[in-house]
Amino acid sequence: MTDTVDNQPATDAPASIPMGEYVAPIFGDSPEGTHVWQRVPYDAAHYGAVGDFAVDFDHADPAYNPNAPKVWKQLRENGCPVAHSDRYGGMWIPITHETVNEVAYDTQHFTSRSVVVSVGRPGDLSMPAPIGGAPPITSDPPFHNMARRLLLPAFAPKQIEPWEPEVRLLCQKLLDEIGEVVAGETVIDAAVQYAQNIPVNVIGRMLGFPAADEALFRKFVHDALERITEEPGTFDGIDELGQYILAQIQDHRAHPRDDLTDYLLHVEIEGQPVNDEIVGGMIILLLIAGIDTTWSAIGSSLWHLAQHPEDHQRLLDDPEVMTFALEEFLRAYAPVTMARMVAEDHDFHGCPMKKDDWVLLPFPAANRDPHQFEDPDTFIVDRQENRHAAFGLGIHRCLGSNLARLELKVAIEEFIARFPAFELAGDTRWSVGQIRGPRQLPIRILAVAD
Amino acid sequence: MRVHLDSEKCQGHNRCYGLAPELFDVDDFGQAVLLIEGDVPDELQAKARLAASNCPEYAIKIVEHS
Repeated sequence: MTDTVDNQPATDAPASIPMGEYVAPIFGDSPEGTHVWQRVPYDAAHYGAVGDFAVDFDHADPAYNPNAPKVWKQLRENGCPVAHSDRYGGMWIPITHETVNEVAYDTQHFTSRSVVVSVGRPGDLSMPAPIGGAPPITSDPPFHNMARRLLLPAFAPKQIEPWEPEVRLLCQKLLDEIGEVVAGETVIDAAVQYAQNIPVNVIGRMLGFPAADEALFRKFVHDALERITEEPGTFDGIDELGQYILAQIQDHRAHPRDDLTDYLLHVEIEGQPVNDEIVGGMIILLLIAGIDTTWSAIGSSLWHLAQHPEDHQRLLDDPEVMTFALEEFLRAYAPVTMARMVAEDHDFHGCPMKKDDWVLLPFPAANRDPHQFEDPDTFIVDRQENRHAAFGLGIHRCLGSNLARLELKVAIEEFIARFPAFELAGDTRWSVGQIRGPRQLPIRILAVAD
Repeated sequence: MRVHLDSEKCQGHNRCYGLAPELFDVDDFGQAVLLIEGDVPDELQAKARLAASNCPEYAIKIVEHS
């Protein structure tokens, strides 16, 4: 999930995909006079803190993520199905399930060429639509489906299920590494010591990248997804990510082995080999998209359980309820807000949308719409009807959803088995930006399993 | 009772396979496959309704006999 290198409007999409002629700059310097980024006229410091989210929405406001469910509720109750902001050069924010769903399904009026709202729009040198810099998340039809079908088999349920024992061992190892725990006294940071270490390890193994680089992967994620109000090009994170991926591709060429990177180096689209820029973009997606998203879902779920011992106890007494609890964690604490760009001027529910305006897609807000879910702000551990949109709706359904679900399930199961009682022990620090979850989560352990 | 699966609407959320593996399988791309033709046996009807009411894309329809 990154817009490191993106492109032209979807409306200019070529009918066929002339592979190999694009010079995408993820692996090198940009020729003079061309730009990966187009700076939007927005100075975050000038705007300051948000006063009214209906007309001045900012997902990077530090007050947003900690209070997001209240913000959505207030907007809905004030009759605002689509909020607006002049920030980031112009941004629309559908809040209801109906409007979020409509944008997600309308690939004609909304392009995926950039899915992270920031102060930089894709410039003239970035990978054009319908491919985008990190396919298939940044791709539109018709290329989208070609790229997606290359990756779907690796993340299909029956390919992911066999990873369960390894994920379980990893979680147990992380819990062991916490060291001696004194019930009623020891406070741990469940985000830093536990949640954040799980997805980086798993995706690193799948891609065949060195385990020693896990902290670096988290830095790449932070650079791509949290530093969204900083001047593009003023920090080296994006370039560093491209260089890192290139080095991994070269290493895999020199030393072939059985992993996802090796697989991607040998795929074909319409009988043609796929160039390194596109393969590199796919690897960037796989590396970035599964890390802070899953870690956020694990952290938010533990944050909930720390405050709801009755749900914790139910999971211990009746492990079968996890089937429903897992989906309820995903509904109530969905971590991922996606984004689109307006592909052509049009009216959307009375909103005069202009080409290149940003559109945030807050699936977490859709998940709390009372027109779609009964009693949406209540966590119901065994909710029976739950058509949540945590993994998106439409053609861009999260490619890694089966892996994310496995990691979330096992991470919760192992944590509550080891610590049958725990509570919050101080202030939770939430992330900034489109991925919502705890970055610091102090938890006091109240009981330790024998 | 009968179950209809709209393969065009299915986006591979994998909810039906998780909730009712007796009625739904998934293919190599993670897309749902309906395992049953004709009437749903009585003992699986609750599961069929559960799968239908958890599909985020509304790809599963239940048709009750009148």
